[in-house]
Amino acid sequence: MSSEIRKIKDEDLEKIIGQLLRFGVLLSSMVVLAGGIGYLVRHGLQIPSYHTFTPEPEKMRRPVPMWKAILHGEGRPLIAFGLLLLILTPIARIVFSIIGYLLEKDYLYVVITVLVLIVILWNL
Amino acid sequence: MTGLGGGVVLIPLLTLLFKVDIHYAIGASLVSVIATSSGAAAAYVRDGISNIRLGMFLEVATTAGAVVGASLSAVLSTSVIAMVFGGVLIISAVLSFLRHQDNLVVGEGSKLARTLKLGSSYPTPEGRQPYTVKNIAGGFVLMNIAGILSGLLGIGSGALKVLAMDNVMRTPFKVSTTTSNFMIGVTAAASAGIYLRKGYIDPGLSMPVMLGVLAGAYAGSRILTRTKVSSLKRIFAIVILVLAVEMIYNGIHHSI
Repeated sequence: MSSEIRKIKDEDLEKIIGQLLRFGVLLSSMVVLAGGIGYLVRHGLQIPSYHTFTPEPEKMRRPVPMWKAILHGEGRPLIAFGLLLLILTPIARIVFSIIGYLLEKDYLYVVITVLVLIVILWNL
Repeated sequence: MTGLGGGVVLIPLLTLLFKVDIHYAIGASLVSVIATSSGAAAAYVRDGISNIRLGMFLEVATTAGAVVGASLSAVLSTSVIAMVFGGVLIISAVLSFLRHQDNLVVGEGSKLARTLKLGSSYPTPEGRQPYTVKNIAGGFVLMNIAGILSGLLGIGSGALKVLAMDNVMRTPFKVSTTTSNFMIGVTAAASAGIYLRKGYIDPGLSMPVMLGVLAGAYAGSRILTRTKVSSLKRIFAIVILVLAVEMIYNGIHHSI
């Protein structure tokens, strides 16, 4: 009986996670596309140089400078923001899983999932 | 779908043909890996094939590995990365030819498997088939290596992840492929965070790569359902081998 109840909750959680992943990919690709159009309008005729590596400026790497540049109407930081959304999609999935395991009172998996989240956020 | 992801083609293409610095190529590849993995996982998770608990548990190993790999990537020279990449390509190409035996471990499973609730069931035409897993420690270690390679080279390491589950933990093939896909996104997100902060992810380069790969993945899943996978796999493996040799050659001559 108790396993029956857990199974149903598992499937509900899986459905939510599936929707979340789909939504994240869709949203981020739309933001990237919008930024891409802006970028091409401004810089479409320039030839970019990727042969040697020079680190991207702050506004492509950190959320706050990124946001300021987007409000400025720049395309590349908007792409970077879309990419950040994409990276956050699997992370959001982990957060949802933690909530799910909490609801199921599966504390072992709450710990395991929190551990994964810490490893990722530690380095973001 | 052929068992090998897009990253293994994308990185040689960008570095060899377009002469992009391999760090940029890895950054762009990671982005595309997250996009395709999340997109595909959405479908699999809904079907209830992937084992989410098993994936979550093994993600501890892969994310920790990914962080190590991504940090290594920053200190290693591009030639060394290119050579490691070539080596991994060859191994992946060979792995993709391994015959998948249809594993099924039934019964109670070990104490650890029960504690971690790693056993599950997957849908078959005759209803849900229960199974459990073996060699948890071995699979965990192999997953850690897969994570390191993913972070270092910007690939999904899907072939190695499937190997860890299929041949070591003995999960059913359908479960290993879908669970591997489910894990790839999280693993890549761990290293992509590091690459983004270090400035290896260039918006101008990642934008066409991400959108192109997503469009390609969508088209590919339509075409592949109508094509014979085995012959396609053979062609793909040959392409990979050629690219691998090219990468190693350029790495040795420091021209990458």
